[in-house]
Amino acid sequence: MKKYIIKRLALGIASIFIVATLTFFLMNLVPGGPFVAEKSISKAAQEALEAKYGLDKPLVERYTTYISDFVKGDMGYSLRQRGRTVSDIIFSKFPVSAKLAGIAVVLALALGIPLGCISAYNRGKFYDNFIIVLATCGIAIPSFISSVLLLYTFGSKLGILPTVGLNTLSSYIMPVTALAIYPTAYITRLMRSSLLDVMGQDYVRTSRAKGVSSFKTLFKHALRNAILPVITYVGPMLAGLMTGSFVVEKIFTIPGLGREFVSSITNRDYTMIMGTTIVLATLIITANVIVDILYKIIDPRIKLK
Amino acid sequence: MKAKRLAAMLLTVCMTLSLAACGGKGSDNSDDAGTSDGASGEGGEITVQIGPNPETLDPALNSAIDGANMLITLFEPLLIIDENNEVQPGQAEEYEVSEDGLVWTFTMRDGLKWSDGSDLTAKDFEYTFKRLCDTELAAPYGETVVGMIDGYDDAIGNPDENGETTTEPDINKLNVVASEDGKTLTITLAYPCSYFDKIAAFATMSPVQQATVEDNGDSWSVAPETYVCNGPYMIKEWTPSERIVCEKNPNYNGGWDSSRIVTDTLTFLLLEDSSAAYAAYTGGEAQMIKDVPTEEIPSLTPVEDGGDYYVDPMLGTYYLSMQTQKEPFNDVNVRKALNLAIDRDYIANVVMQGTYSPAYNFVGPGVIDADPENMFYDVASDANGGEPFISEDYEANLEEAKKALADAGYPNGEGFPTITYSTNDQGYHVAVAEYLQSCYKELGITMNIDKVEWASFTPQRRAGDYDMARNGWVYDYNDASNMIELLYSSNGNNDGKYNSKEFDAAIDKSRCADTEEHYAALHEAEKIMMEDYACIPVAFYNDFWLQSPSLKGTWHSPYGYWYFQYGYIEE
Repeated sequence: MKKYIIKRLALGIASIFIVATLTFFLMNLVPGGPFVAEKSISKAAQEALEAKYGLDKPLVERYTTYISDFVKGDMGYSLRQRGRTVSDIIFSKFPVSAKLAGIAVVLALALGIPLGCISAYNRGKFYDNFIIVLATCGIAIPSFISSVLLLYTFGSKLGILPTVGLNTLSSYIMPVTALAIYPTAYITRLMRSSLLDVMGQDYVRTSRAKGVSSFKTLFKHALRNAILPVITYVGPMLAGLMTGSFVVEKIFTIPGLGREFVSSITNRDYTMIMGTTIVLATLIITANVIVDILYKIIDPRIKLK
Repeated sequence: MKAKRLAAMLLTVCMTLSLAACGGKGSDNSDDAGTSDGASGEGGEITVQIGPNPETLDPALNSAIDGANMLITLFEPLLIIDENNEVQPGQAEEYEVSEDGLVWTFTMRDGLKWSDGSDLTAKDFEYTFKRLCDTELAAPYGETVVGMIDGYDDAIGNPDENGETTTEPDINKLNVVASEDGKTLTITLAYPCSYFDKIAAFATMSPVQQATVEDNGDSWSVAPETYVCNGPYMIKEWTPSERIVCEKNPNYNGGWDSSRIVTDTLTFLLLEDSSAAYAAYTGGEAQMIKDVPTEEIPSLTPVEDGGDYYVDPMLGTYYLSMQTQKEPFNDVNVRKALNLAIDRDYIANVVMQGTYSPAYNFVGPGVIDADPENMFYDVASDANGGEPFISEDYEANLEEAKKALADAGYPNGEGFPTITYSTNDQGYHVAVAEYLQSCYKELGITMNIDKVEWASFTPQRRAGDYDMARNGWVYDYNDASNMIELLYSSNGNNDGKYNSKEFDAAIDKSRCADTEEHYAALHEAEKIMMEDYACIPVAFYNDFWLQSPSLKGTWHSPYGYWYFQYGYIEE
């Protein structure tokens, strides 16, 4: 077990390193630069800026400098947001994204698991069909549509929910809903199919044959095994919600990391691209490693190779 | 079994923690809201949206219009521009210009203060102007605003043609001298600049406090605690990408009438998305928004009809650049044909939904002439026989375009190479491109559209890596030279590489102290470039916005700024 964890961690670190290296060279291959504006700045000023941020050095030298600084914990200054360091920006925005994603995940689990169970329990009946139609819609509607619909209805037309930032409890309602729709629908479907699968197993039939009520069989015996795929999904879902909340953050003006991640690329803010990519990659990889380990603990049938 | 229980516990702990974290933080924030959204104080509060999170609010580093809009609220330069777009005393109570137009002497007001309560003197302006030529700082507008001051070349190290410095840069070579008592500031120009008063009112020329800047480096301008300013408002709170909350600066002393600055809190919402801005406006969170969703425009009621939708000219021209040095654009007849085949009225009013105005000259309305009562546009049209350079009669233009193309040797477009039009995909740019495609088809010309991502587009255009490209310019100061000089052969933004000896000579002639002569030469230059079809003016910029009838006392200036310092809410 210990050996497995160490191996997974080592692999994780190697993946992060590969992601960092690829990102570094790819972003420098893309045309354009961080100091671009409609109005030209003088060549001298451009060169002074490049020298200030070390962009005048050869690519390989910049790469080694960056990596060695990074290892020391220095992610440098943002090239576009003058006067702010990358770590300042990331660490002021990370908690916002994490909080939002965290609530959305909890909401998705709290709704998705029961809905999935109800659906499986009532297989083929009205409730099942109703839930499945809803879940299919939830998966099919992209967040930019649901966000704008929410914004339009509750912010603009009814005017009952705040539309900017996360300053009151009520301002969480719309962004969390917009973020949670997809994972809720996904978990519902996952839970339903997994539970149906488990309910066909021999031990469930045995339990029923022994006279245990179907309700008890479902919740006492089947659910514990059926929930495994959902747990597998929680890690990637959390990471995905944090990185993929760009649209929701933009529409509801939430100062989160997702926006920084995307805008750093359009701005060619090299240090920010590196910083956000590494942080987010670390997050995704960590989430996957944790899930792998938990999975092994929960289900000993799984072999680790 | 043990392991399972452990795992279950772990999961529970994780979930509980995340729940607890949400709950705790959430309630913290609702407390914050009490201060930012809470009951309005005596003077009330105004919330507006004029742009996204500013990249910088350091006056020297800013190059964005919305950034400058915030700066004019937070700072005050030597002079200010009032509601009637006239230059008025700001931190300087008066100024004198020497006979030859070279020496400008500004006398400071008494009792000037920084927002932190310390004294502000002419020496702070001396520091500020010298800082603008610091190559280490690389101020994007440095050359525009202090380039005409004597000693500028020495200050930046006399760069050669390749931009390499030939001497050691020394910012103290800049000929700006504050008197010992800090009461007067003497600026000596290298060549006469009749519009230096407007430059002195430019946001980039806002004073910055030396001690603060030197102690905190670039970071001075990101934290409210170190953001020392001297304008009507000061920053109280800045949540990046969400809002900047400003409060009245108690130490303000300057050109604006303090008795009319009544609102206590002014909040800039830093929204990026126009539907978010629209929701904030209709939901009552903001009283004024600049980013109106284009799909809403047809349903809005203009202010003339009692509505809240405003359209007002902004100094700027939307134009197209052509590779004037390359085939086929090196032929004036080709340029003429491409110029005249466009229905400008249709572009501005249909394609761009009336948010732009058709451009028949290069310099648009709102730009003043020698006599500030007259507009450059009108004087140019009058001199041209009462008509703008490009006729408003589209049908006639199209006939002439076809003829010009035939004269160039491409009757009905036969033999004309396929051309590529490069543009970035924002606003109406692609819609305009598609319209142009249909116009040129009328001439028998095939045009392809190359959509380029923004960060790549400008360098590509500057490098001349295109056939035709979208271009646009918003004036830095209200002088036609700022637009016309874009076509000067050595101008850094002459993307079409236009090169005409006559045109350059006219521009050279315009760089003089005499206002009459200055404008006469600029009119001559505009005539030369328009008759030579050096570029294709398409439309003049407008600003369009929504403003609640309850928000009073603000005004919009053709520079693209809104002035909020006299703003107040009337229920």
